[in-house]
This record gives sequence, structure tokens and C-alpha cells, in this order.
Amino acid sequence: MIKIWSMKKNEEAAAKRKPKTSAAQIRVQKDLTELDLPSTMQTNFPDPADLLNFTLTITPDEGMYKGGAFKFSFAINTNYPHDPPKVKCAQTIYHPNVDLEGNVCLNILREDWKPVLNLNSVMVGLQYLFLEPNADDPLNKEAALEMSKNRDQFLQNVKMSMRGGNIKGVQYDSVLVR
Amino acid sequence: MASQPNGTSTDWPGRYYHIDQVLNTPGPRTDPAFLAGDGVKTFLRNQAKILVIGAGGLGCEILANLALTGFKDIHVIDMDTIDISNLNRQFLFRQKDVGQPKATVAAEFIMKRVPGVKVTPYFGKIQDKDDDYYLQFNLIICGLDSVEARRWMNATLVNLVDPENPESLKPMIDGGTEGFKGQARVILPTITSCYECSLDMLNKPTAFPICTIANTPRLPEHCIEWASVLEWPRVHGDKKMDTDDPDHIGWLYKIAAARAAEFKIEGVTWSLTQGVVKNIIPAIASTNAIIAAACCNEAFKIATSSAAYLNNYFMLIGTDGIYSYTFEHEKRDDCPVCGGEALEMTISSEMTIEQLIETLVEKQDIQIKKPSLSTPTKQIYLQAPPQLEKATRPNLEKKVSELVPPGGEVTVTATTLPFSLSLRISYST
Ligand SMILES: [Zn+2]
Repeated sequence: MIKIWSMKKNEEAAAKRKPKTSAAQIRVQKDLTELDLPSTMQTNFPDPADLLNFTLTITPDEGMYKGGAFKFSFAINTNYPHDPPKVKCAQTIYHPNVDLEGNVCLNILREDWKPVLNLNSVMVGLQYLFLEPNADDPLNKEAALEMSKNRDQFLQNVKMSMRGGNIKGVQYDSVLVR
Repeated sequence: MASQPNGTSTDWPGRYYHIDQVLNTPGPRTDPAFLAGDGVKTFLRNQAKILVIGAGGLGCEILANLALTGFKDIHVIDMDTIDISNLNRQFLFRQKDVGQPKATVAAEFIMKRVPGVKVTPYFGKIQDKDDDYYLQFNLIICGLDSVEARRWMNATLVNLVDPENPESLKPMIDGGTEGFKGQARVILPTITSCYECSLDMLNKPTAFPICTIANTPRLPEHCIEWASVLEWPRVHGDKKMDTDDPDHIGWLYKIAAARAAEFKIEGVTWSLTQGVVKNIIPAIASTNAIIAAACCNEAFKIATSSAAYLNNYFMLIGTDGIYSYTFEHEKRDDCPVCGGEALEMTISSEMTIEQLIETLVEKQDIQIKKPSLSTPTKQIYLQAPPQLEKATRPNLEKKVSELVPPGGEVTVTATTLPFSLSLRISYST
């Protein structure tokens, strides 16, 4: 056998023994404890011992969704950050980029995810969707069509949906900040 | 018989004729430590113990190559059973073996075909085995198709390294293929760049934007992803999709085919459906053969010192002609597995968590501000977010010895650390 150890001795770095904490777990701890969120975003851990499942509430303080509190569930698997976190909207909301099942169209959650991104980038990306909804990437086609075709009607629909209104037969959840 | 350098009675005449050309005399590229002749042959044939992880497309090739180059104590782990679709390239398996464990059938085949070689199979997961199991090997070769399994194996081997015990450093040779592309690399845990260091270099499985899938499907894959990503959870709620269950694949196929018909898209088939949801990239027998050969060549060179081994990454691109490239992938300081610092700490069993944190912050040699601490099984103290800080705050007053056993490990993260710091705690009183 090649004497790998004698080579090691020449290296400056001291030998290390790392804990058995998984890379995914350390990375999530690092991501969460270094979150730098504005006051418009808040995390909640149903079980504080479980860092892999939690919710994020976004309360935009400007834009057309101001006055609402939007809740997203985060589920992180053991292959993080190779796999992106799974994020879903926990409410039925009227938004061009969120469908009625809670799926979210945000590129960094799927096709543009990279391990160098972190939970902070995802959260900031989600908040941006409420400031600048994007009618070009629709998941709720009705909403996207309304937004590009008839902006005033769209704004009214947003207000109505946030109060728990019914738009074209779809019952939306009331998301108003109490 | 244990020290017959030229083999055992079961070796056929001339078995080592070619290999011995390399082992009998030093060459211009041999390591200075190389001792040509009987010593190295005895090591290779009677002492070296090698572990092969995966008995699939790469694994079958690796096992055959190792047996024929003269490794005689080979172990193999695989958790899968043989599927009929494996038979075109996993050449140790026959039709009659379908449904049998890959590891067992592969081991039997090699032992029957190459007398004198002992292959010990384990039908199960790599995670079933503990440190003592991995410590018995000189070398480990991975022929896996899963990122998760490789990450686990890599982290386990990095953890295994004990500065007091040189034998605990196990070279890991990792092979991987994707269609006509492949790579082989040599990882010397804690010395060279590890698998985790290069995680961001991996090809991402093709993912299509969810709004394309929902609104403007153009490809059969879009229809299949619509069925699996959007329709499955909508219809089945929390029920998990099992990509090995033919009923589940059948359901997805039916839904995808209907969607394809609606949008006049052609090409949705049962096997494409399975391929997309399991993220199967066609396996090419020749790519497997080349990568397996590269891996076994490295194993042979490391085990014998007969030539310089790969430093440390070999890439093969066979999509347009043949192109290969070798480079040294650099170790990353901020790698969560092999980067960061490790610290042995001996503290009083009366010390509280709060005092431990103060001690860490005051340490001059490591600049830590606001550290967050955890053990492999629980959080000790997290600085943020506020809810977790509050939940872990009562631990500050507890004694470290209540939360961490002697010799136990604590992971420390902080914005000021490149990645993490690991503490090994022992108690003075
Ligand atoms: Zn590393």
C-alpha cells in the first residue's frame, strides 16, 4: 500500500475528526441560524426539535398584497442542498404564480436550484413574488390573464380574494392580518 | 499457503504472467516506496481487502476487473435485486437470476469463474454497517448511481480518519456514469477534495419550469412531469408516490398520455414515464466498462505503489467522439464534511452550556461570534431564528455533561466560521 499517512504528515492541516452530524443537518443549522429576514417574514417551527419542517409567513408591507399574511410550508430532505427544499403555499390564494394546490412557480425552487443557494435566497425569492407577480409564468391562468388584460379588475380580485372572497367559483382563503 | 507470493494452488498456470511484468521490476513512474517482487504480490494477493459498493452496471465490471488483476479478498454491498432490464449490461446476471440479490449472484459468479478469489456479498444498505465494518478494508471502490449514497459513504470515510491510527484512512475511488459521460476520482479522506467538496459540480437532473409543465407543454416529458408533480399530489394528497410500484407508474402513464393527447404531443410511453419519474439516464455498457477500468487501475496502483495514482479527477465525455480530461479538484475550506476545524476540548463536568459558549468566543485561535451548537441528535443552543433561540435557551443553564456524553461530538456553526467547527468533549472531573 502507498503510505498515504506519511504524506499526510507533510500536510499542514491537522487531522480532523468530524461529528456524525450529517452534512444536510449542519447546512440547515447554518442556513437557519444565519437567516437575515426583514420584519415582513417570520418562520415558525411546529416542533422546534425538527429543523427540516417549518412554515414561513410573509406579510408584505407594500404592493397589492399588502395587508395579507401568506403562509408557506418548507420540507427539507436529507439530500439538501443537492435537492432544493420543497415549498408549498399552505393557503388557497389568488396569485398568478401560485396554483390552487399551493404549487409555486419560482425558478430557484426547481430548474435553477443550486447547492450554493440557501434558505434565505428562497425566502427572499418568495417575498419578491408578492411585490412583483409575474403574468408571464402563470400557474393560476385566470389570475395571470386578468393581470395582463385588466389590471384594475385584477387588483380588485386580489383584494376580494384576500378577504376570503369567491372569484369565478373559486373560494379563496381569508389571509388578512388580524 | 498464506504467504505464497505467486498465488495459491487454485491459480491456473500463467495467471499472473502479465501483471507480474509490472510488479517484478520498478519502472520510471513507480513510487519510491515501491518494493518490486514478492512483497507487493503477497500484499495484493493475500492481504489486501477491498470493498466494492454497488453491484450494478459499474459494479459488475469492477468486480470482474479486480478479480482478474489479482485482488483475492473482495467484499460487495448492494441493496437491489436483479431486474430483467439489467441483463443487457450487468453481465454477471442471467435470466434465471431475475429477482435475486445482485450482490449474492455477482459474488457467486465471480467465485465460480475466477477460482481462488473470495467474494463476500452483503445484500442490504451501506447504512446498515458501522465504522468497525469499514475499518477492515484497505480500499473502497464506489460504483453507485445515487448522490445520497455517495454523500453518506464519503462522510463516513472522512469521519473514520483517526489521527492516532494511520490505517483508518481509507482511499475511496468513486466511479460514476451518465449515458456517454463518466468520471473516476480518487478521494483520500481529509487529504484531498472529497465528494461533498464538489457537490455543486454535479449535473442537475433536468427539471422543467413548473409553469411550462402547467401551461405550455411541448415535450412528452412535460406531460409526464405534469402527472407526477402536479396531478399526483392533487389526486392522492399525502400518499407518497413509489416509483418502483408498477400501479403507480401505470397511473402516471395514463394521466400523462391523456394530457399528451390533449396537446397533440407524441412520445409518451410506459418506459419513458418510468424513466422520467425515476430520473433514469440510459446506461451505456461501454461507458461503464471504461470508468470501471479507470477505477480498478487506480485501486491497483494504490494497493501496489507500482505507479503514480490519479490526482484526483478524471472526466470522460463520449458524446461527440472521445474526450477525456484530468484535473485536481481542490479541497474546500467551507466543505461541511472535510472542511472546517476540529477541536478536542477537556472541560469540567460542572461547566454549563453558557460557559462553554463563552469559552469558545474567547478563544483567540478561532474567531467565533454568536455560535450555535448541536449534537448529532439534538439542538443545544441556536442563536436564531427567535423561536428556536427561545426554545433552546433553557439549555444554557444546563451542564454540558447532561447533554453531551464523554467523547461526544458537538457541531458549532457561526457566521464567522467558513462552515462549521466540531468539538469532541471530554470531562476532567
Ligand atoms: Zn470536502
